[in-house]
Amino acid sequence: MECSPLYRQAANMKKSLLDQGYLDEQFHQLEELQDDLSPNFVEEVVTLFFRDSARLIAGIDQALEKTPRDFQRLDGFIHQLKGSSSSIGAAKVKNECSAFQDHCNQGSTEGCLRSFKRVKREHAALRQKLENYLQVLRQVSPSPMKAAVRPK
Amino acid sequence: MSTSSGGASANGGGGGVGELHVLAVDDSSVGRKLIEKLLTGFPYRVTTVDSGKRALELLGIGKENGGSSKAAEVNLILTDYCMPEMTGYDLLKRVKGSSALRDIPVVIMSSENVPNRISRCMEEGAVDFLLKPLRPADVSRIMNIMTGSK
Repeated sequence: MECSPLYRQAANMKKSLLDQGYLDEQFHQLEELQDDLSPNFVEEVVTLFFRDSARLIAGIDQALEKTPRDFQRLDGFIHQLKGSSSSIGAAKVKNECSAFQDHCNQGSTEGCLRSFKRVKREHAALRQKLENYLQVLRQVSPSPMKAAVRPK
Repeated sequence: MSTSSGGASANGGGGGVGELHVLAVDDSSVGRKLIEKLLTGFPYRVTTVDSGKRALELLGIGKENGGSSKAAEVNLILTDYCMPEMTGYDLLKRVKGSSALRDIPVVIMSSENVPNRISRCMEEGAVDFLLKPLRPADVSRIMNIMTGSK
């Protein structure tokens, strides 16, 4: 299986994502955790991440529209987004979140608006790339969508 | 297939008697899923909850009127520091302030390495402070704390 073209394609895609800084070592940790008990672990975690991040991004969008800006609320949202980004190894998203946090701490609306655009851009880019990667990965795995049966 | 979207989620595990039980508190669903996976496969069981409030309910000191459910037996509390409403620090204080719970070791996790945050927690009685995201090496530390204290 390791020699299949699809497997090599998946490996190259991942290498590219790591080399370009979209993902860091933490993503590799996630893949290490995937095993027979949790054969879809990476996909499940990534799905959870994008579900949560969509909610947080919507929350930030809303909070940025309100005046006066509630920087504390904004900081709360971005802290959560940064935390979960870090947990899946989403390096670029995490870094843009840090930049946003700095602007938040300075109370700079202009800075927040600018850096949030970058957060959304990186988030969208990562989502696309991970979807592509997972799609290939699903084809490589022998039983891609089979749910794990947990021993009781 | 267990999901935790607010409630408590536990992995199966074997028997029950003599088994060590970790209560993990994290408002992030990604965080909870990672902890669940990291703490699976050992002779321990983990329950994840999404807030300090739920943790206290599970520990039996949440409700003023005593609560309706029996307090769970917990051998270690692993909690995120930054959580809305009740922080990990607040939870730590509640646990250490309770005669029933104060002997349970509490480990704090945080994505940020803030020295005075760490010392504040240690002063309040936390046994360890871990940086997120957790790694397998952190799991070993947690296990040592539990087996050391038993």
